[in-house]
Amino acid sequence: MSRYVIGRIGQAALVLWAAFTVSFVLLQALPGDAILIKFLNPELGLGPEQIADIRASYAVDSPLLVQYLHTVANFLMGNFGYSIHAGVPVGDLILANLSPTLWLSTLGFLLSLVLAITIAALSALSPFSWLRSFIQSIPALFISTPVFWLGILLIQVFSFQLKLIPIINPGPWQALILPVVTLAVPISAPLAQILMRNIDHVLTEPFVAVARAKGASHRGVLWRHVAKNAVLPTLTIGGILFGELLAGAVVTEAVFGLNGLGGLTQRSVNDQDIAVLQAIVVFSAAAFVLINLTVDLLYPVFDPRLRVRQGAVA
Amino acid sequence: MTGLNTIGRSLLRDAGILETSSLGKRRAASATRWLKTIRSIQPGLVLSWFVMAVVVLWALFPQWFTSYSATVGVARQQLRAPSAEHWLGTDALGRDLLARIIYGAGNSLSGAFVAVSVGLLVGTTLGIIAGSARGRIDGAIMRGVDVLLSIPQLLLSLSIVILLGFGIVNAAIAVGITSIASFARLARSEVVRVRASDYVEAAFGSGGTFSRVLLRHILPNSLTSVIAFAALQLGWAILTISTLGFLGYGAPPPTPEWGLLIAEGRNYLARAWWLTTVPGIVVILVVLSANRISQSFGRAKT
Amino acid sequence: MTTAINIKSASTNIVNLPVLEISKLAVGYRGSEGFQRVVHEVSLLVRPGEVVALVGESGSGKTTTAQAVIGVLAENGQLESGVVRLNGTDIAGWSQKQLDTIRGRKISLIPQDPTSSLNPVKTIGAQVAEVLQIHRQGSRAEIDARVIELLARVGLSQPELRARQYPHELSGGMRQRVLIAIAVALRPALIIADEPTSALDVTVQKRILDLIDELRREYGTAVLLVTHDLGVAADRANHIVVLKGGRIHEQGPTAEVLASPRSEYTRKLLADAPSLGKARIARTRSPRVSGSDDAIVVGNLVQDFSIGGRRDVFRAVDGVSFTVQRGTTHAIVGESGSGKTTTARSIVGFQRPTSGRIIVEGIDVTNLRGESLRRFRKTIQLVYQNPFASLDPRQTIFQIVEEPLLNFDPLPREDRARKVQAILERVGLPQPVLTRRPHALSGGQRQRVAIARALVLDPQVLVLDEAVSALDVTVQAQILALLNELQQALGLTYLFISHDLAVVRQISDTVSVLHNGRQVDGGPVEDVFQRPGSAYTRELIGAIPGQRNADRH
Repeated sequence: MSRYVIGRIGQAALVLWAAFTVSFVLLQALPGDAILIKFLNPELGLGPEQIADIRASYAVDSPLLVQYLHTVANFLMGNFGYSIHAGVPVGDLILANLSPTLWLSTLGFLLSLVLAITIAALSALSPFSWLRSFIQSIPALFISTPVFWLGILLIQVFSFQLKLIPIINPGPWQALILPVVTLAVPISAPLAQILMRNIDHVLTEPFVAVARAKGASHRGVLWRHVAKNAVLPTLTIGGILFGELLAGAVVTEAVFGLNGLGGLTQRSVNDQDIAVLQAIVVFSAAAFVLINLTVDLLYPVFDPRLRVRQGAVA
Repeated sequence: MTGLNTIGRSLLRDAGILETSSLGKRRAASATRWLKTIRSIQPGLVLSWFVMAVVVLWALFPQWFTSYSATVGVARQQLRAPSAEHWLGTDALGRDLLARIIYGAGNSLSGAFVAVSVGLLVGTTLGIIAGSARGRIDGAIMRGVDVLLSIPQLLLSLSIVILLGFGIVNAAIAVGITSIASFARLARSEVVRVRASDYVEAAFGSGGTFSRVLLRHILPNSLTSVIAFAALQLGWAILTISTLGFLGYGAPPPTPEWGLLIAEGRNYLARAWWLTTVPGIVVILVVLSANRISQSFGRAKT
Repeated sequence: MTTAINIKSASTNIVNLPVLEISKLAVGYRGSEGFQRVVHEVSLLVRPGEVVALVGESGSGKTTTAQAVIGVLAENGQLESGVVRLNGTDIAGWSQKQLDTIRGRKISLIPQDPTSSLNPVKTIGAQVAEVLQIHRQGSRAEIDARVIELLARVGLSQPELRARQYPHELSGGMRQRVLIAIAVALRPALIIADEPTSALDVTVQKRILDLIDELRREYGTAVLLVTHDLGVAADRANHIVVLKGGRIHEQGPTAEVLASPRSEYTRKLLADAPSLGKARIARTRSPRVSGSDDAIVVGNLVQDFSIGGRRDVFRAVDGVSFTVQRGTTHAIVGESGSGKTTTARSIVGFQRPTSGRIIVEGIDVTNLRGESLRRFRKTIQLVYQNPFASLDPRQTIFQIVEEPLLNFDPLPREDRARKVQAILERVGLPQPVLTRRPHALSGGQRQRVAIARALVLDPQVLVLDEAVSALDVTVQAQILALLNELQQALGLTYLFISHDLAVVRQISDTVSVLHNGRQVDGGPVEDVFQRPGSAYTRELIGAIPGQRNADRH
């Protein structure tokens, strides 16, 4: 058991390290000084000592390998470098922008869960097949909708046409309503599709027929037998869902002009602010790896079939 | 686990197969066959193919569908609502929206084709190599795929766009690279699945060499679902490229590109709803059609 | 609704009233080709305490009939017309809600496949308790006690432990016992047993059927037994109903049906059932070539597999030895996990044995690799159990049979075509089949294609791995006859892997009995059957269905 856990953690660390390396190669392998020259921009207001400090922290004057090792060491110590654009440490920038994005994505994730479960439950309980096929086609529509367009449409309908939500100076909660819906709708779609597919699959399992033969009602079977078996496999897409949330946040924050990690990402791309982008990439890869690790380690708690297998013998 | 019930289970499974096939066999009369073909036509699928055909024609021969220019506006015709003259209205520079959408099809579709081709060619090749080589090569490739998967797709494509520079082709390549991992995974799992089948073992058992079995059995049988997935990815690529376009990393103005159209229309939300709404609906229709077509490929396989 | 069927099974005045009366039942399925009726005008009676067997091959509508009775048809299935009377009440038109009140209480089900018939994420105890909870049978504590009692009653050791375990921790036989406990929990008037043992090994099958018999007698429950195995029906049923193509071909008391079948189809079924047809396939042995004529020599074969970590080793085959004379059939018999398939695969050269010696037609198989292994394929060919999985679905029949020829010394195209056509004719397939793909063929035809592909290289030895197990008995009989004919004509040596002793007795000359990887018995087939050398062989032989007197009741 513990050997499995250690192996799994080691594997996660390896993936994370490789993701870091990929992002380093993609972003920092650019000619080093070309970027650092931007720090000399007097508008940033950096003193000569600070610039020397930054130069040292990037080890610009050394060969690429040394630079790489330097960056690894810096990242391990929580030092993510300096933003070219803002001239402040990247760590500070990320921390400052973290909480609005956390709010947005947490609420968006919860709403997408509610949407997905509602759609799946309605489809499973619908008494007519035409109604069910109608409900089952909703996620396909959601999936095909561009996130940014949905956000714009919502603004158009709720702010301009119905004037329900003011565009200028909305309250803190009012300001979140449309972005959360925008983020939740496209993420709910794959979740709902997976749930519905799993439910349909589980309903054809012989143990469902056995439960019906015991005298259990359709609802009883859905609740007692189908629900857990259908929900469990969706856990495994947790990591992918996180990536979707982050991507959704980038677009949503751009559409609604919100501050947050998404906005920071967009700005860093616009300004070619490599250090910021790399930190965000590594940060999200770490979150992805962590989520997958948690799901893998927790899965056996929910699924008794895997408890034994983690030992030596299947 | 012990293989205690494998014989019985395969017995049952086979019994099911036999049952359906003997049912299907009985239908022979040509009259019923005709009826069957007519009944098996799915209106949704026909509509999807129709949408795709129209959009492809837009991309190839835009001048057939509109006489307006996509880039040069007409003075004093700015922000006109849809009318008989301009079916979908005009934008802030007096350009006909329909013309911009029609000319935009070329950019969006070719971008999506580039993206899917990159993913399909590189990803599938990697997957096939991993699945047929097994052992260390397999392990190395799949770990690399894991790494690609660990970076959220949008962030990865943004990083690549920074490296390559902005522009529609670069955006398409970036989107393609992010889908390499999915293609590789799918191709590998299909190759592994087919490799484990009895008919592949039987092909080796009748004296087939590895390359011959690979070409004759493993590839044809594993590529069907890869193709279906490529169709699905086409819709996804159109969406993602339009997202990059919207964020300003794709085609530069005044190029007509669907994502960019929506971004430009955003500034006139209160006055010209059609500028954002209509291109969005076009994107949705095209993506829905691509997904529906992909689904029909997937179904034909079984 | 409930009051209408609230008839106590114990009251004496209704003894003559049948528990189940089906009359003119018609059931169909909606599919892509429109509505298709699969059960036509089926009528039958089940009296209290009686066992009625519904016998038929695949596609006969037997399972559909049973599912219609208890109302668990697949979603696209529909009970079109007819009457289903349970204790005198017609339930054919009942809604699912109404049926819920009697399912589990008045009528219950023992399903086909114990592996997938229990919810994998709930404990055994919870799944047995569910039927009691649904029908409100007492307090929590009472239910818990009753669950343990039931698990003990169906012969599970340590019932308290079992109640806390999950399905995957139990063997197939144990799981089927749990499902029986669920079915009998509320002492229903009727149990529908849908192929209750076809997924189990033959020795387990006997024990499970004995248990159902015992509980039936104890509780006075009637059983509608759905089975493809006429031997099982002959052993266990009072009445036999023979279905084919959704219609009843014959029904009557078991002894009568067996002794003097009226319908042509029943006669054929009886003749083809290996366990009942007493006559061995008539075989005139080709005169043996004198001298050293061993086609296969296996000496002290051991096959290990590493599992989990590198250190854990599972010994699948442990010291198996036998020789097979040229032109004869040797059978390897055993239940699942006995190592019979592993042995076959080592002989064909698909895996390298851990130790031991395998010589096929003078070639030492254990040392073959690369090109010499590929050349060896011309000597020995394997026919798989599932003819659907062993044929590439994208190839035409012609391509499938032609392919082995392309792998060796290329022949001109016309020669190849001629050879393929000749071999297909040989295995009894009509010409039009050539351009079809496997899915357009029946199971028996597919297996003929597989045999043709194996024979097209003119091998001396054919390994048949459960090659007839997936087939219906009438088709099975045809394929066995074909194999016999081919052996006579071509002088082939067969290695016949099977779990079915009755079939083995019919077609083989010599036999090895494997149990947990070890060879427990061996020799000429009649010797082994007459004077089994081990307790295990005796149990195997005793478990063959169809040996009991049908008139034991």
